[in-house]
Amino acid sequence: MAPPIAPHTIDLTINGTAHRLDVAPWTTLLDLLREDLKLTGTKKGCDHGQCGACTVLVDGKRVNSCLTLAVMKDGATVTTVEGLARNGQLHPVQEAFIARDAFQCGYCTPGQLCSAVGLMAEGHAHSAEEIRELMSGNLCRCGAYANIVAAVQDALAAQSTQREAAE
Amino acid sequence: MTTVTPFVGTPRSRVDGRAKVTGAARYAAEFDAPDLAHGWVVSSAVARGRIARIDTDAAMAMPGVLKIFTHENRPRTAWFDYKHRDQTAPPGHPFRPLYSDTILHSGQPIALVVAETLDIARDAASLVRVLYETEEHATDLAARRDTAYVPPKKRSGIKPPPKPRGDAPGAFTSAPVQVRQESRVPAEYHNPMEPHAATVVWKGKDGIVVHDKTQGAQNSQSYIASVFGLSPSKVQVVAPFVGGAFGSGLRPQYQVFLAVMAALELERSVRVSLTRDQMFTFGHRPETLQIVTLGAGRDGKLVSVQHDAVAETSRLEDYQEVVVNWSGLLYRCDNVALTYRLAQLDVSTPCDMRAPGATIGVFALEIAMDELAHATGIDPVELRLRNHTDRDQNEDKPFTSKELRACYAKGAERFGWSKRKPAPRSMREGSELVGYGFATGVWEAMMMKSSARATLTPDGRLTVATATADIGTGTYTILTQIAADALGVPMEKVTTLIGDSSLPTSPIEGGSWAAASSGAAVDAACRSVRDALIGLARGLEDSPLANIDPDRVTVRDGRVFLTADPDQGLAIDAVMAASGVDKIELEETVLPDPKTMLTHAAYTHSAVFAEVRVDEELGIVRVTRVVNAVAAGRILNPKTARSQILGGVVMGIGMALEEEALHDHKLGRVMNHNFAEYHIPVNADVPDIDVLFVEEHDDKVSPLGVKGLGEIGIVGTAAAIANAIFHATGKRVNDLPITVDKLLDEA
Repeated sequence: MAPPIAPHTIDLTINGTAHRLDVAPWTTLLDLLREDLKLTGTKKGCDHGQCGACTVLVDGKRVNSCLTLAVMKDGATVTTVEGLARNGQLHPVQEAFIARDAFQCGYCTPGQLCSAVGLMAEGHAHSAEEIRELMSGNLCRCGAYANIVAAVQDALAAQSTQREAAE
Repeated sequence: MTTVTPFVGTPRSRVDGRAKVTGAARYAAEFDAPDLAHGWVVSSAVARGRIARIDTDAAMAMPGVLKIFTHENRPRTAWFDYKHRDQTAPPGHPFRPLYSDTILHSGQPIALVVAETLDIARDAASLVRVLYETEEHATDLAARRDTAYVPPKKRSGIKPPPKPRGDAPGAFTSAPVQVRQESRVPAEYHNPMEPHAATVVWKGKDGIVVHDKTQGAQNSQSYIASVFGLSPSKVQVVAPFVGGAFGSGLRPQYQVFLAVMAALELERSVRVSLTRDQMFTFGHRPETLQIVTLGAGRDGKLVSVQHDAVAETSRLEDYQEVVVNWSGLLYRCDNVALTYRLAQLDVSTPCDMRAPGATIGVFALEIAMDELAHATGIDPVELRLRNHTDRDQNEDKPFTSKELRACYAKGAERFGWSKRKPAPRSMREGSELVGYGFATGVWEAMMMKSSARATLTPDGRLTVATATADIGTGTYTILTQIAADALGVPMEKVTTLIGDSSLPTSPIEGGSWAAASSGAAVDAACRSVRDALIGLARGLEDSPLANIDPDRVTVRDGRVFLTADPDQGLAIDAVMAASGVDKIELEETVLPDPKTMLTHAAYTHSAVFAEVRVDEELGIVRVTRVVNAVAAGRILNPKTARSQILGGVVMGIGMALEEEALHDHKLGRVMNHNFAEYHIPVNADVPDIDVLFVEEHDDKVSPLGVKGLGEIGIVGTAAAIANAIFHATGKRVNDLPITVDKLLDEA
């Protein structure tokens, strides 16, 4: 039998908290979050990078955490759905999802939210058409897509209003 | 007086919204327990035969593996079939995981590896070696069509086809216009985003708490107690959030059996989560082959309707759903013959999937009606109007209400149906052919016996409880609205508890009956609490309400007062303190009105209008607009109601254009068991969807006048899209899904 494989020690900042973690080389960021850190807000829908339910923000970029080995992200900053709200104040995207009824069962929602936050930072999405295309990596079996698009549009509008006010 | 009442009938955001957008909502695989062990399922690689040898030595040798359950060492479970039968089981022998060496379908669970961690269980499962003795299998329904039989025993709650009326074959022969449509709907899998999972929390002598993915906590509970010979008091099933189900959670699926089995045997908490590919190894919408023949006069009036369906089932059970009856119900016709048969395949037993039966049967009927419109040159909507009926001819009953004509009118107007040019291929824009299609939708409006408890405390807080589920339907929210209205309190003062087997009895959440049933139960319990509160106030000697007529009293905003003079009243806490009670708690049970059930038929209706654009050279179809006009009685919450219809339409788009479980019949296995190859609609596939609710007053269908919305959105949608594609291209595709290859062949 092969000798046991030693875990790797990595540093991750997750939702603002610094963690030093011993992880096996095969452990995905998704399993690390859900199984080890009990951050179950991030969902496992397929474990194959096909559904987007596991989407989190790594250094501000949206990634499928099921396709990301934790050891690859040593030193990274990770934001999960649990970290979107600040001091009990929901993120504008979270507010918009509630207001627009952009979810039903809620299982794809954390991934949709993180994906939407990532999308807004990318700066490519302006029209409904572009939002549809660029949010198509996040499946929703309840079929809330039309409301998700409306919620992202609302959040984008709020973001640009905020920017204008700041300028 | 800041409270805005009533809440019912107004758009309200989900009361569980915050939990769902912050990650706080916990689903079946997300409950923790001390010392939790993890199970991983090993699935059969063959479709039929037996396990000649199963070698678990290498897997057991892996450090951290606790036990590997197979048919050779599984614990004993109940002997009789009826002990394994859940509330929704069709007739036959329910599937028993790890029961014997017999393999009945590909993907059948054949072992459970339980280990200290998920990684170890998964890794060890890959080391289990299985030697099979295979037998010849059959998974091709078309090849087995001639073995079809009428199920000898009917499934509870599923009406068999009505007896033929008139002379349908004779009337067809002499009909001036004849239409025949042979169609196929493939097997589809529910694929809720949350894979099925169960976390069983071991509580020692106190029994087990089971977090199962289920649409019926009490159904899972009674199944577990019965199968494992446990006292129901030792089994609590708790499922506050369900990550979609669409019918897959109606039956206790094998993950809960395996997790409970392992927990009882190991006396330890165990979780079993299925993988996405294992989501293709149990219940599904059955592949169904249909033939609809319509005979009509040149005026489009139907003189003959015949509808035959052959659906797949497993070797174990005669799964049945209502497929053909809709063709004798939806339009007026005196000569009708409907037949429904099953053919056995080596597959898992099918399972109700969103609008089971109707989705399939109405598709076949409505593409035939579209052909009839084409053959007679009558506008498709006008054709339906000419065949409208205000009587259910299957059962010879009037409807409790039927505002279908309003759906046609309002939907057509919103869609701009009048702009449709009748001839196929007559509308185009650039390189795209444009098509307008239409279909009717129908689903049964049901109410079931249901109980609820309401508890009012002196702080004016109200808690309502019933065992039903919220699978994304909005149950939490509508029950909160109903309760708030009944006691005149803001919604924030109401706590709704559901998804727990220890709560008052509720049916499984399915069939679109939850709103009508649980809603009426919560309403009744809250009204009883209100009456009790008024009773206490009237009994207080010095109170301004002493001995006053209860009809003259209002309860609102934490006070009980004279309706005519709101200053004359008392706060709820004052009433309760003076009466010496610390809470008012009452439970009520509601039933559908038995007389109405005998005398009336109750259905929800819809009119679905779809616009498609088809690339003429590439055959690529885009659905660009859908208008769905729905008559569903009283709408409790227009916001969540709209979402229900949106979701149904999206699944209908998937049915029309994308979804199909593709079998390799040589292997007897679903080959596209993942989201990369089993396509469901993505955001970019879904256009603007316009949902209309027409006014429909119904004081017979249920106490609240509610008909339910979970299913109706999908019914008719695939037919409307297929009809739009016919209108765009002149090509009738009746073999779903309508993929590019089917539009391009012989082109």
